[in-house]
Amino acid sequence: MSFLKDDGRPIFQQIAEKIEDDIVDGSLPEEGQAPSTTHFAQFYGINPATAAKGVNLLVDQGILYKKRGIGMFVAEGARERLMERRREQFYEQYVVPLLREAEKLGIDSGRLAAIIQEKGRG
Amino acid sequence: MMTVKDRTQAAYALEADRLTKSYGAQKALDGVSLKLEAGLIHGLLGRNGAGKTTLMSIATAQLFATSGEVRIFGQQPYENREALSKICFIKESQRYPDMFHVEDVLATARALYPNWDEALAGELVESFRLPRRKKIKGFSRGMLSSVGIVVGLSSRAELTLFDEPYLGLDAVARSLFYDRLIEDYAEHPRTVVLSTHLIDEVSRLLEAIHVIDGGRLLLSEDAESLRSRAYRVSGSAAKVDAVTAGRRVLRRETIGGSAVASVLAGEPGENGIGRAREAGLEAEPLPLQQLIVDLTAHAARGKEESA
Repeated sequence: MSFLKDDGRPIFQQIAEKIEDDIVDGSLPEEGQAPSTTHFAQFYGINPATAAKGVNLLVDQGILYKKRGIGMFVAEGARERLMERRREQFYEQYVVPLLREAEKLGIDSGRLAAIIQEKGRG
Repeated sequence: MMTVKDRTQAAYALEADRLTKSYGAQKALDGVSLKLEAGLIHGLLGRNGAGKTTLMSIATAQLFATSGEVRIFGQQPYENREALSKICFIKESQRYPDMFHVEDVLATARALYPNWDEALAGELVESFRLPRRKKIKGFSRGMLSSVGIVVGLSSRAELTLFDEPYLGLDAVARSLFYDRLIEDYAEHPRTVVLSTHLIDEVSRLLEAIHVIDGGRLLLSEDAESLRSRAYRVSGSAAKVDAVTAGRRVLRRETIGGSAVASVLAGEPGENGIGRAREAGLEAEPLPLQQLIVDLTAHAARGKEESA
């Protein structure tokens, strides 16, 4: 978990993304229990209804599932599915801003590729 | 006689209809019409003296309106025990009899509020470290605020109004308040009104925002919708002006060739932040505190200009 940085999207989406982050980096393992919505609400200082909306978004996508009377759990295969989705978004979210900044600074694509080759090793 | 209709769940915890309160020529409230949806945490925001306390005092039948009407869960509150038993109003300026200890306040509250939770009250008194042996008369501002929070949360009233609940509280006590409010509200949903001029710490708790200034209602809106249409952009002044053209700019400041502008767009769906970023500008949601400052400073200026 980390701080909630306000990037302008609805808060419940940002909460859902935080949970996704925890699943992707393994701190919330598959078949592991997710924190309760009240806990999320307290942790991020948000309304419990907003936290519930974020959690429900992941339930609708089959990333989390409900065990009645116990709580929310991470579905099997959730991590791979999230990583697949994020790979698809990688260009949009990371490469496009990178290219834009490179263009501003007069770094052409050949130079950019060289920088990545050189610094991105290891 | 109660009709069947009266017994059904009211959609609004509080409805004000063209509420006006005059003191001589001075209008503390000037035709405020407002609806607070039941079951949400509402923010009643505005500067000191904006009329927030007056509005809540009338809604809770502690003050008469000069004109207009108010309803609590669909009923008018004056001399209406049923409606009043659903309300807990924690006043900022609450006075207690000189001899009162915390226990006396709890005993009074216990008798007053049908949903009172004694165990919670005891727990909260401990958490806020309120001295039980000391007379309330000698309490600090922060301790008085804590007493109000204990009563407000433990009342579990269907409509709980907190007027400036955290005056004098330190950061630890404030965060304790938010924590306990979130927890108790999640377990026992009800309508909560937080009236305050200190906004940022609670801004994400609020589901609906109502802004009052100079006795008038400036804004009443779902928090998420407001968040999406209130934003600020910065970058080259020419680009900022291009992106904000035709929109309501609450504030614009320049330094050199750069500008920062606070915008309150007309439509929640227009994605002004995205548009601004595409144009190469920096853009972010306008923090609620800043929105209120920009909005009310703007209103004050407008009034001076038109006077």
